[in-house]
Parts: sequence; C-alpha cells; structure tokens
Amino acid sequence: MVTATTDPAPQFAGATQDLILGGPENPFVVAVLGNPNTGKTTLFNALTGLKQRTGNYAGVTVDSAIGSFVNGEHNFMLVDLPGSYSLTPRAPDEVVAVRALIGSGATARPHVVLCLVDATNLDRNLFMLTQVLEAGLPVVVALTMVDVAKREGISIDYRTLSKRLGAPVIPIHASKRQGITQLKEAIDTASSSGSVPSQSVGLPDQIAAEVDVLQSLLENGTAETKSLRTRFLAHRILMDRDGYLSNALGDAVPAKARAAAAEARQRLSSAGHAIPGAEIDRRYAWIADLVNVTVDRAGAARFVWTRRIDAIVTHKFWGVLLFLISMGVVFQAIFTWAGPFMDLIDTLVGAVGSGVGSVLPGGAFRSLIVDGVIGGTGAVLVFVPQIAILFALITLMEDSGYMARAAFLMDRVMAGFGLSGRSFIPLLSSFACAVPGIMSARSIEDRRDRLTTIVIAPLMSCSARLPVYVLFIAAFIPNRTVAGVLGLQGVTLFAMYLVGIVVAPLVAWVLKKTRLKGPDVPFLMELPPYKIPSWRVVLFRVYDRSWAFVRRAGTVILATAIVIWALSYYPTQPEVQARYDMARAATQDEVEIDRLDRAEAAEKLRGSFLGRAGITIEPLVKPLGWDWRIGMATIASFPAREVVIAALGTIYSLGDGQDESSPELRATMQAATWPDGRPIFTPAVAISVMVFFALCSQCAATLATMRRETGSWAAPVFTFVYMTTLAYIAALLVYQIGSRLPAIT
Amino acid sequence: MGRTLADLAPDEEGTVASVEGDDSLSHRLAELGFTAGAHVRFIRTAPLGDPIQVGIRGFELAVRAREARRVVLV
Repeated sequence: MVTATTDPAPQFAGATQDLILGGPENPFVVAVLGNPNTGKTTLFNALTGLKQRTGNYAGVTVDSAIGSFVNGEHNFMLVDLPGSYSLTPRAPDEVVAVRALIGSGATARPHVVLCLVDATNLDRNLFMLTQVLEAGLPVVVALTMVDVAKREGISIDYRTLSKRLGAPVIPIHASKRQGITQLKEAIDTASSSGSVPSQSVGLPDQIAAEVDVLQSLLENGTAETKSLRTRFLAHRILMDRDGYLSNALGDAVPAKARAAAAEARQRLSSAGHAIPGAEIDRRYAWIADLVNVTVDRAGAARFVWTRRIDAIVTHKFWGVLLFLISMGVVFQAIFTWAGPFMDLIDTLVGAVGSGVGSVLPGGAFRSLIVDGVIGGTGAVLVFVPQIAILFALITLMEDSGYMARAAFLMDRVMAGFGLSGRSFIPLLSSFACAVPGIMSARSIEDRRDRLTTIVIAPLMSCSARLPVYVLFIAAFIPNRTVAGVLGLQGVTLFAMYLVGIVVAPLVAWVLKKTRLKGPDVPFLMELPPYKIPSWRVVLFRVYDRSWAFVRRAGTVILATAIVIWALSYYPTQPEVQARYDMARAATQDEVEIDRLDRAEAAEKLRGSFLGRAGITIEPLVKPLGWDWRIGMATIASFPAREVVIAALGTIYSLGDGQDESSPELRATMQAATWPDGRPIFTPAVAISVMVFFALCSQCAATLATMRRETGSWAAPVFTFVYMTTLAYIAALLVYQIGSRLPAIT
Repeated sequence: MGRTLADLAPDEEGTVASVEGDDSLSHRLAELGFTAGAHVRFIRTAPLGDPIQVGIRGFELAVRAREARRVVLV
C-alpha cells in the first residue's frame, strides 16, 4: 500500500522511500532523447497525449516538455530533452541531455532512457545511441520513420539489431500510432527490471584504463564505488576536450579530475589515440559492422521528393523568390487574418467591462476593476490571435523542413554582419515574440554568436509593437497613396518593421567588431528531409504559446495596469471634485456637463502622482516632440510595451480600457493640444513615438529571459541601455528633422 | 593538400580521406560521420554562393565552403 510521506524528492532512483516506485505519486522517470529531426515531438505527443506541460526539470534551467502516461499499474513521467547529435556537448542545449543522464546534486537520474533512432538515417543516429548505451541506465530504442525507410527501400532486421545493441528496439510509426503500445510495454519492462544494456562499443585498452583512473578519482571521498554513473561521467569528461561539459557541470567535476583528464588526453594522444577522434572512429567502425548485418539497403532510393523540392527551394532564382513570398505571407497573415478575431475579443472585453461596470457601485473599486483590471488586460488579450497565427506559421515552417532552407539561403547575408544562418531562426521567431526567439538561440554553438543573436533579437518588431503602430498610423498618417499604388499607411507600417531589420545587423556588426570579436564561426546545419507538418505539433505549440501569453497578461501586465491606474487615480482630490460638482450643478446642458467631466478628469490627472511625475520629466521628452502625457505613457510601458495603449487611454482622460481600434482614443489624441493651442500630434510626433517603440527595450519578460539564458545580468543590462539610448536618439532625430520638413508637418 | 569536398562539382561524389585540424569543428564533422572512407556528395551551392549543400551517410547538411575545405578526399 502507498503510505503517507513527506519525502520532498520522491524521484530519486534506488533511494529507499515510502512511496512505491511507479505509483501515481512516484512515477518512473523516462528521459527522451535523440538526434534532431527524428520525429521526437510527434512521438512524445503520441505517448503522452495532452498530458504534458512545459516546465523546468529538476535543476535544468531549460524548458523541457514534461508529459506522463500510465501503463497497467505503473505511472511514467516523460522528460523531453533537446535533440542532440552527440553526448560531447558544445552548445547549451546539448548539455541538457548529458546533465540529465549523469544526474547531479538535486537532479535525479532518470529510471529509463528512451532513445529515438531514425530508421532512414541509421549511421548518425546510432552514433549517439552507442554513447547513450554507456550511461549505465536501462535503454529502450524507438526506431522512428520506419514507414519512410520502407518506402525508400531500406529494410531493417529489428531482432538482430536489438540483440546486438543489448536493448529492446521497437519500430514506430508515430503519426499512425503504430508501435506505441509495444513501446509503453517495453518502457514498463525496462523500468521494472532496471537492467542496463548488455552490449557496448568498447574502448581501446589504453583509453579504457584512463577512464578507470578518472573514475576512481571522481569516486574518491564519495559513497559511490565502481558505479556505472561515475564510469559514464569519467568517460564523458575524458572526451570533453574543450572542457565545455566540465564547466557546465561545475562542482560535479572537481578541478583535480579536470586536470587528470587533460593529462590523460595528452598521454593518449602521444600513444596514437587522439581524443576524441579515436573514439569517434571506433564507434563508426562498430556501427558499420552492425549496419552490415542488420540493414539491407538494396535498391534504396533516397530523398526523391526532398531532392525535387530542394531543386526549386534552394534554386538561385526560384528559391530566393519563394523565400521573399513566404516572408511576405507571414507578415500579411499577421496583419490581415488576425483582424476579425481581434475585433471579436475586443467586443467581448468591452461587453464584460460595461457589464461588470453596471453592477458595481461607483468609486475607486469600480474604477480599479473596470479600468485597471478588465481594460488593462483586455487591451493585451487582443493580440492573442496574432501570436497564435505567427506561431502557427513559424511551427509550420520548422516542422516541414523549410526553416532550415531559409537559414541556408540567409547564411551568406548573415555572414555579412558576422553571424550565421543559425541566427536566422531566432530572429524570425522574434517577430512573434522575443522570448521564444531568445530561447531558440540555444542551438547556436558559438558563445559570441549566441550572445549577439540574443542581444539583437528584441530589435525585431514583435507582435506587441503592432498595436502601437496601428494606433498611431491610423490616427496621424494620411490615408492616401504614394507612387500611384502603395497606401501611405501600409508603407509607414512596413517602414517601422524595417527600422529593426536595418538597425539589428548594424548592432550585430559593431558587437562582432568590438566586444564579441572572435574568429569566424563555422556553420554546420542539417537540412532534414521535407515532411508534411503534423497538425498535432502545430496545434499544441500554438496552444502552448498563446496560453503562456494569456498567463502573462494575467500577471505582469495586469499588475502594471493596476499600478498605472493607482498612480493616476491617487491622491484623491476632493477640492477639485467639489469645484466641478458646483459647476455641474449650475448647468443643464448635457454637452457642457460632458465637457466639465472631461476637464475635471484632466485636472485630476495632472494632480495625480502620475501627472506630477510627468510634468517633472517633460523637459526630457519635449525635444522628441512629446508632451508629458506621451512621456508618462511611455515610461509606464517599460515593463511591457503593450501597456502603452491602456496608459494612453487613461492618461488622455478617457478612463482606461481603450484599445488601438477605438475611434474615441484616436479622436481624443487627434484633438489634444499644447497649452498654446497647437495640436500635440503631428505626423512627425507620431513617427517619433513609433520609432521610439520600434527600438526601445520595453519588455521585462525579454530581459528576464536573457538573464536566464545567458546566466548573467550583463546581456539584459547592456540590451536595455543600448536599445533605450538608440530609441531616444532616433526619436529625437526623427522629430527634429521631421518637424522641419514642410511635407509631413 | 589534395582535393577537398569544396572542390567537387554539383552532383559529384567523393570519399573522405581525413578531416583537417584538431578543433571542435573537426570533431563535430567526425561525429556527424565525416570519417575516413565515408562517401560524400556535393549537391549544390546556395543562391548567394555560400554555403553549400552536401550529402553524407544518408542525410544532408549545409556547410560553408571554408569548412568544406577541411574535408580532404581520397
């Protein structure tokens, strides 16, 4: 029977515990790994269904999908580790798998490793599998893409393969859900028996002897003796020539062991066993033997469709044209397809706001709920359709194999400012949102390239900037055509996106010439075969990212909206109230009362904490052509730029809850004047505001993600300073030059 | 130095003799299967002249010409 326990870390393998292993409270932990592009996400979804979440797995500071399934009486927790080509890591995402297999400190080792092997690409997939077999953990092999392999004329003798590997091999056709039951059964058996693979590649004697020495050094002074775990760790540390893994593992690898590993490599190298070359050759020789007896490639016709498609997609003319068209479709989709959905959400939020407002008594509480809570978050929820569409398109490009081709095409361009095609994917994703964009930079091996990419990613105009552009363009850019065919408003919108696209390479170029100077980085990237994207993968990703955005609206943005509301509502000014009450009592004219209401709100705002602060900072924003209200709205939106819409709504004495398509906010802004009667907003001012938003670092989530991904505050602090400085200077130039051009004032 | 992967013409094949150098790039190339005796194929050049698309051990890879010059052929 399961008994009550207070054990805080019930997943430790082998530890004595009150909970029955495999029970609902203490599932078997299954680490899922494999090469990139082996259909891992599809298999993960097939195994766990919707029982998954994105989370941090024990000490690993990387979001891994965590899912679960039940087989008979046993419960399993699956952890999806980032795809990798080898257990000799050179990039942050590659460390994750090794760290999980080794386990350290608070991180439990998994009970079983589920390793994916792509049947169409056996040699390279088996390479990492041979390393996984040495981890001293039970291994189950899922052989994916067997249907494709069969079509291509590759036949595999699974039984012999399984016998030679010393681990169960289960052929899978994940999208048709074939083999899933057998796979669950095999995972169950492996978990219960705990038996580790019986075969391994084996090392040349001299290398094996060095691993022995290193292992005893690692075990010195610990409870472990001759454990399979330390043997695996010793082996990996010996192969870790650049010290990347040792550094990532920190204290788990004592300085003594690092030094010993370096000396061992020296000795082996002079004895003719270059590390890691000797080990790599050994593995591929072993694989060649294995493949010889288990695989028949007679009559194999590989990549017929992929080759045909690539002939067009990477063609000198058609390839470039197709690339430009796909980028065009992405932007077009965000701007137009999202429209109806945005209107719908807008209407709903408005209805909820007035519904709630009508039942609440007047006063501070109603203002807080209606203006602060509903208005503030509603203004943000409107962007969910855009986020969903963008993620759907980006996932489609990734899952189909097109994204890799886009990176292939763009590599030469990226090389021009010191980056590589690898940086293209994070930058493109950043048009949706810099947070996932920055996270996808994990696959970039070179530290300098990775940092540069992370630091410039927030310059891409994300979906939260779009409403700012839409509001200001609709209000202040004349709706007329230029050059006969192009709408001036559309051109302006495109120009705002260009601001980031032009500035980002310049920043990258400067960084790569100065602080992040270093040798040119090699570019190596797999071009996976094309496939029909899995709608499950696309839908899940869209759901996951949209929900993450909604949660954020409910926390960070909600909190900011409430603070802004409070700062502009307090202190209460009874004397002002009394004065306007008297004026209102003296008239019957509806229009006059309305005017008095607005004047009262404006006066109260000037007297509020926010207003006083705004008047103090006005000299700072005046050179940009802004009045204090724009200045305060902008400052208020530093935690999250989309807040500016709600802030402008509040500040322009309308009450909160305005959104970018609201004619009222637009009209009030158009009518707003300086004390001397000149209109505040001219096209030059509007463009100055938009350029500021295009360049400024106004997103706490982005900075927090940078901190997490780079492990220090240096990158976020630098990004905040450079972006904000650039934004100020650019807005200043735009206004100072723009307001002197007769054509646009 | 002999012929390298970068010297092949589109659609031409070759056999790997060795990978020059002893750094993380040469190790990564070896891990991906560029070991002595492996067959490689030059597929095409990217529209802007670099990188190149190559085939090795049943999969395809984008590498810059500079890196491909490290792969010496028989």
